[in-house]
Amino acid sequence: MREVRVEDVTQAVSDLCIEANTRLPAGHLRALREGLEREESPLGREVIERLLENAEVAERECIAFCQDTGYAVFFAEVGTEVRFVGGELAEAIDEGVRRGYDEGYLRKSIVRSPIERTNTGDNTPAIVYYDLVPGDGLKLTMLVKGAGCDNMSALRMLTPAEGLTEMKRFVVETIERAGPNASPPLTVGVGIGGPFEKAAQLAKKALTRPSGEPNPDPELARIEEELLEEINATGIGPAGYGGRVTALAVHVESFPTHIAAFPVAVNLDCHSHRTASAEL
Amino acid sequence: MSREPIYLEVPLSKGGVEPLRTGDVVRLSGLLYAARDATHARIAEAIDKGEPLPFDPEGQVVYFTGPAPARPGHALGPAGPTTASRMDSYSPLLIERGLRGMVGKGLRSQEVRDAMRQHGCVYFGAVEGTAALLARRVKEAEIVAYEDLGAEAVRRLLVEEFPVVVINDMYGGDLYLEGRERWRRKVGEV
Repeated sequence: MREVRVEDVTQAVSDLCIEANTRLPAGHLRALREGLEREESPLGREVIERLLENAEVAERECIAFCQDTGYAVFFAEVGTEVRFVGGELAEAIDEGVRRGYDEGYLRKSIVRSPIERTNTGDNTPAIVYYDLVPGDGLKLTMLVKGAGCDNMSALRMLTPAEGLTEMKRFVVETIERAGPNASPPLTVGVGIGGPFEKAAQLAKKALTRPSGEPNPDPELARIEEELLEEINATGIGPAGYGGRVTALAVHVESFPTHIAAFPVAVNLDCHSHRTASAEL
Repeated sequence: MSREPIYLEVPLSKGGVEPLRTGDVVRLSGLLYAARDATHARIAEAIDKGEPLPFDPEGQVVYFTGPAPARPGHALGPAGPTTASRMDSYSPLLIERGLRGMVGKGLRSQEVRDAMRQHGCVYFGAVEGTAALLARRVKEAEIVAYEDLGAEAVRRLLVEEFPVVVINDMYGGDLYLEGRERWRRKVGEV
């Protein structure tokens, strides 16, 4: 067994919170620059240019590039040969969020309950999805999830007969309905398969894949390409002002499902697409 | 629509917003009042009870934002617009009382657009993912009411050449609809 001190987890989480909120991932920046080359609408080009300038300023001054510093979502791959010392893993992650959101001048956006809406004051609890994996590694991937685009996300339980055609229609319809509200150009996470909640979780996890990296499965990679083309034909454009570039990437993740089911979930991420990861 | 920026001073008169058209690029200087979900709920409650409002809406522009904390030396932390539709049920209350502008992002309801047309108010769009740049246009920021709401407190912002685009003008124009129609194409069409 390898021992990992929870204090090291806390520090890594704190660093991830600040890094993810102040530095756009290289792949996303590249996708924005490529989007600028493709965009023909003058207002759309102006929006992408300002997004790139904003990213530079945020990184240089170490300030958040979007005021909605979101939910702190983590995908934790925990090796079965890791033993945590000095405390509990879940508490260590929350402590890291508390520290990172305080020291990084990040907004605290979490309320205690959807009904009784008192702010928790420190952006906790973190939203953590654990995967047990072989070995003695620990990998934490953070996704900063803003609410504007999360609010425009959707899930539908399709029938097997409706199939791929309806699945693609539902993805495009979700983006048409979101229009400007989800702050395009978008990164689109699509989860298919599993029971109800698995599809939603896959859609969220799909957003953490480096921007534009295709699914290794050639069939899914083809679907990603086709969806991207259809989404960019909607004309919604940067900030919804009209244009060619509505999405920068579509990531589809698939999982086995029931003979009676074809769940599809669409999780949208705005132009401030924020991920970062660390290994301990 | 004008691609060359139109420079406007806030507060605005009705005559000041009449010439604006959907798609116009505008730079706002002067006062903006930052307010979002919880703030609007409380303003609506104050109106309902006949209590005084945190500011007189006449001539003012509301900015739907909840800023991040400011680093030392900054007037305001990053502050991009939030989704305006969440304020749709409240906005007509302010528009009826002389509000001349709103800055946000995303679609507005028919009720809000009708109130804008009837009373003379314009909805401006800003780009959320430019929050750090937008904060630089804020020269002074002061909490004027509802401090307990934290990021949602009412802030009076003094801004200089704050960059916005007219989404909905007073005449039923809608940049989100017009832009989408202009750039929509069939798959495979160049």
